[in-house]
Amino acid sequence: MQAMMIARAKELLESGAVDRVLGWKTGEFVYDVTPAVFTSAEELDAGFVYDEFCGPNLSKYLISESRKGGKVLAFLKPCDTYSFNQLLKEHRILRENVYVIGVACEGKTDGEMLKAAGIKGITGIRSEGGSLVADTLYGEKTVKKADVLHERCLCCKSKKHVVYDELIGEEGEPDPGCGRFDMVEKIEAMTADERFAFWRGELSRCIRCNACRNVCPACSCEKCVFDNDASGIAQKAAADDFEENMFHIIRAFHVAGRCTDCGECSRVCPQHIPLHLLNRKFIHDINRFYGEYQAGEDTDSRAPLNTYSTGDVEPSIVYEKGGNR
Amino acid sequence: MQKLSLEKLGGFFAAIAEKAALYLPVDNAAGQAQYQRWSEGAVLSSALNTVRSAKDFFFPQTENLVDFKLKGKTIEITDPRTEQEDFVVFGVRACDARSFSILDKVFLADPVDGYYKARREHGTIVTLACTEPEETCFCQSFGIDPAEPAGDVSCWKTGTDLFLRANTEKGEALLSSLSALLEEADEAPVRAQQEATREILKKLPLAAFTTESFGGDVLKKVFDSEKWAELSQSCLGCGTCTFVCPTCQCYDIRDFDTGHGVRRFRCWDSCMYSDFTRMAHGNPRLTQKERFRQRFMHKLVYFPANNNGEYGCVGCGRCLAKCPIHMNIVKVAKTLEGELK
Repeated sequence: MQAMMIARAKELLESGAVDRVLGWKTGEFVYDVTPAVFTSAEELDAGFVYDEFCGPNLSKYLISESRKGGKVLAFLKPCDTYSFNQLLKEHRILRENVYVIGVACEGKTDGEMLKAAGIKGITGIRSEGGSLVADTLYGEKTVKKADVLHERCLCCKSKKHVVYDELIGEEGEPDPGCGRFDMVEKIEAMTADERFAFWRGELSRCIRCNACRNVCPACSCEKCVFDNDASGIAQKAAADDFEENMFHIIRAFHVAGRCTDCGECSRVCPQHIPLHLLNRKFIHDINRFYGEYQAGEDTDSRAPLNTYSTGDVEPSIVYEKGGNR
Repeated sequence: MQKLSLEKLGGFFAAIAEKAALYLPVDNAAGQAQYQRWSEGAVLSSALNTVRSAKDFFFPQTENLVDFKLKGKTIEITDPRTEQEDFVVFGVRACDARSFSILDKVFLADPVDGYYKARREHGTIVTLACTEPEETCFCQSFGIDPAEPAGDVSCWKTGTDLFLRANTEKGEALLSSLSALLEEADEAPVRAQQEATREILKKLPLAAFTTESFGGDVLKKVFDSEKWAELSQSCLGCGTCTFVCPTCQCYDIRDFDTGHGVRRFRCWDSCMYSDFTRMAHGNPRLTQKERFRQRFMHKLVYFPANNNGEYGCVGCGRCLAKCPIHMNIVKVAKTLEGELK
């Protein structure tokens, strides 16, 4: 797969069809890949990688990359294509300056997931069937891939690329039975006090690094209200921790109807806060109240929260339609 | 050297907690270690290190400095500080222990930061030697020996015992207050553990990593490097690296409108943020490239230039593990090193 991607990227660079390539670059260890722009065959040979550690969603980088002149080739995984489409819908990416190659994905992991599974001191990793075999400073360790995949991959909503110019690897399909709302329903079933305690507990670990916001493809405001002194609500650090909690809730409201559930917020959180659950709650509610809707699936439909029809639910009948009191 | 059977560890913690607030690394709900105040039943984490560093104890993320209250035409000014209580931090690793000496150079230099100083005076640091360093560790690049951690008291945990050695007067005082629980011990098991750890250190992937090339008169050369653009191109501009870093010490002071006055607080700041050091004319660092450069220039060039060659990094590896896009001081130093030769 990686070899095919490099070969195709070289062809496109050489023919002049594209000027640069957005992909993932190898690091110091086996898992620390970095999103990077490659401009030559030599650079591609030296550092381009595509493996189970290429989790970062490259779509958001295209907001700026598509404005730098020339054409950029972007390799997008299925879930990244939803973000790309949503950004097109919001007129944030200049489509004509991007050549998209959809690449198949079997689920991603990272160093944090391996560490959580007790694999420490990693010096090498190889994939053997459904397992990852790690060479570590403390001996060889084997782990099932399924046990270290990101949560978003364990309940992958779709292996289909919703937008591309060409594909490498097998095309998949959306999976409505992926179970991604199971945890949302568990939280909905809690009492209000339990739910409050759950979120207070999770969000109490927040260090306000803003990684969730900055990585989020739906958070593409040129200046975030929380960074704007003139807004009166700029927060570099909260005066008390409840305001910290509000940051996450307000952010979830702001991306409601636009969040494609790419899961980057939870992937990047250094404190492993399951932030995606806030967004999924909104997605689940939108599905129930306005009919099934997947942000990023297309570029021309109107989003449920951006449109009005006389059939829209009224607050009084939200509960009748399946909302929880 | 003294020792304590691990079976008595709970009693040992309880005895410390009787006299002072005791903090130690405990696994949280997400399965990662964080410092927590000890209470009966708290279990010492087996993780190599905490997500947040031990700098929090002396330089908290947010602290109130002064309150202003409006009363008619007068302003009442109050100092919100309460009497600092004595506290003990157990389980600090060698890297974090070194970070305090870096923070001291900033906060205890003239003009002395009273808030920081009070915490330093009331805190006793009990370090714990590492036995299983990870691939992200590179403290030895800064002359730190994780098998011989500094602190007021140094500890080594073997399969059966906790060995302790006081290094300072504060440490002596702590151990003598616990003498009923401790017994004199032979150092041999500690020496054996240290040797084993040092063997592992030699095999670490970053064992040969060094920042030596940044020690000389390289400021302009490093600052002007064309590599910064490439290194910073995928930086998200978040503050993860700065906030998990044990030595990052930049802060902002802001006023919080309480509705009937002002609460002036200080909070951690990050050079990665767009409003860092923003002045009336705007931010002196207009793009992420310049903000990104600032962080590494500070650690690799500016700090050593002003502090007898001591780098602003202790090699704890937190940023290597936590950066969402895996860009970090090791990659930066290795890339720029080539330019300096």
